[in-house]
Amino acid sequence: MNLMTARTGGLALLAVVITVAPVGFSNSYFYDVAVNAMFNAILCVGLNLLIGYAGQISLGHAGFFALGAYGSGILTERYGVPAIGALVLSAAVVGVLAFVVARPILKLKGHYLAMATLGIGIIIHIVLKTESGITGGPDGMSLGNFKMLGLTIKGDQMWYWVVGFLLVLAVWLSLNLIDSPVGRALRAVHGSEVGAEVVGVDTSSYKVLVFVVSAVFASVVGSLFAHKNGFITPDIASFFHSVELVTMVVLGGMASIYGALIGAVILTLLPQVLAAVEQYEAMILGAIMMGTMIFMPKGLLPSLLASLKRRGGGQ
Amino acid sequence: MFAAFLQYLFSGLTSGAIYALAGLGFAIIYNASHVINFAQGEFIMIGGMATATMVAAGVPIYLAIPLAMVASMLVGVAMEKFAVEPARNADVVTIIIITIGASIFLRGAAQIIWDKEFHSLPAFSGETPIAVLGATLMPQSLWVFGISAIVIALLWYFFNRTMFGKAMLGTSHNRLAAQLVGVAVKKVLLASFALSALLGAVGGIVVTPITFTNYEAGIMLGLKGFSAAVLGGLGNGTGAIVGGLIVGIAEAMASGYLSSAYKDAIAFIIILFVLFFMPSGLFGKRGTDRV
Repeated sequence: MNLMTARTGGLALLAVVITVAPVGFSNSYFYDVAVNAMFNAILCVGLNLLIGYAGQISLGHAGFFALGAYGSGILTERYGVPAIGALVLSAAVVGVLAFVVARPILKLKGHYLAMATLGIGIIIHIVLKTESGITGGPDGMSLGNFKMLGLTIKGDQMWYWVVGFLLVLAVWLSLNLIDSPVGRALRAVHGSEVGAEVVGVDTSSYKVLVFVVSAVFASVVGSLFAHKNGFITPDIASFFHSVELVTMVVLGGMASIYGALIGAVILTLLPQVLAAVEQYEAMILGAIMMGTMIFMPKGLLPSLLASLKRRGGGQ
Repeated sequence: MFAAFLQYLFSGLTSGAIYALAGLGFAIIYNASHVINFAQGEFIMIGGMATATMVAAGVPIYLAIPLAMVASMLVGVAMEKFAVEPARNADVVTIIIITIGASIFLRGAAQIIWDKEFHSLPAFSGETPIAVLGATLMPQSLWVFGISAIVIALLWYFFNRTMFGKAMLGTSHNRLAAQLVGVAVKKVLLASFALSALLGAVGGIVVTPITFTNYEAGIMLGLKGFSAAVLGGLGNGTGAIVGGLIVGIAEAMASGYLSSAYKDAIAFIIILFVLFFMPSGLFGKRGTDRV
């Protein structure tokens, strides 16, 4: 058996990295940052299915993330629903919402699609900000711990292992999806939508499916993030957050699950590193976004792999 | 009743005119390069901020305005040259990230060069409101209408009556054919960014006495301009103007009659509805795919 296939080797490597990384964590701050990086990684693995594999952009995914977070917050705090029930229910509602809007939206192409998804994200942001009777408005709302089967997930360390396990699970699910007939159909959609349709791929159903899957990923991560953080504000639905998520995917490498993962980790760590030069943070972030896209339009991981291949094997 | 309606209409037309100018900026760049420039709002911000801070520092306004316009154009040209041109053949998503990166960069720079405070300009011709049929109109709104109309007329003249303008239009219809008949396509690209930046700056300058400006003011203005351009049909100049006015008026009516909290959501709700039924906007051409 070849351990170095993307499927088994990569997954095993990821599991090893997650298990070994805490050796270098000297305090709970490291765990906290790592958990956030993994949250983003799960979200980006889902979003990458849509952007990288189906070739559809979404500038509104922070909206789905926020709906998951607020769904959990509202259901657990105001209606006493158990955390896991709130998570599932929120994800189901987000899934249905995504399903309903997906058909008309995914008919749109390129910039029109960007506009429509952006619009949905901004509308969700404004609703969360305005309906303060339910959401707490711009001041945000607090949540309790995530309890399940008599077990309470709390503390950065415990969250680390839970989210680490979920990340491996998310990557495994995505790898399976991509290697299935669905994945092949998606890649055909990305290559040429009309071409795919001509050879009998029901392109719109596949696009809807992957849109719903990525929205549900976002919602679940949103719910967990809300419990982990204990406090959420409407700004998690902001346009800027959506942009950040898309940037993670594109920076790491579109159509590469591990690329999206690496992009998520880098962009989560970046503000921590740049904290020392806080004033220049926005300029540096902007410059990195432009620079990577200009010099490595395929993203970090695919570009690095390509240059390694060239050096090693010679083309 | 009617007075209130008229009041909302005035305020809607004022912001609509600015959205129209921003929308035109999107349309011009889109036509020349098929790039959506998410930094269009930052041109508006630069125009307003540069003028406001220069005037506050004692530069006479008739000098500050042209300087701010030039500054914005230089930023536009630099952006085309160093960020967009090198990525000419990249994916739509890649170029979207580049222009969003540019907008974040420019906001970061503005916050360092200037500050995070709100800045204003004195109104160009006093603040005495004009009474019109029971509603009041600020003189600055007249400046906004007048200058937008002049800019639109000049643009029409440029694209329909001058050689270079026609060359730009030609490039938007068919890049290769334009190149074959001797159009310097690269210059057209540079010019499109310069022109869009100029439009943005003009919008930013005339509206600053009404709305004030700060380093983040470009975000929403840019997104509304994008809505205007998409609503009218990407790349369609008339469409962008109509789209801008529709967005502006709908917003003002919604915040007057429904809820001011949802004012900013209106543009996007309209956009979603229009796109659901007319996927290429109001005046857009139906696209066809080549396999």
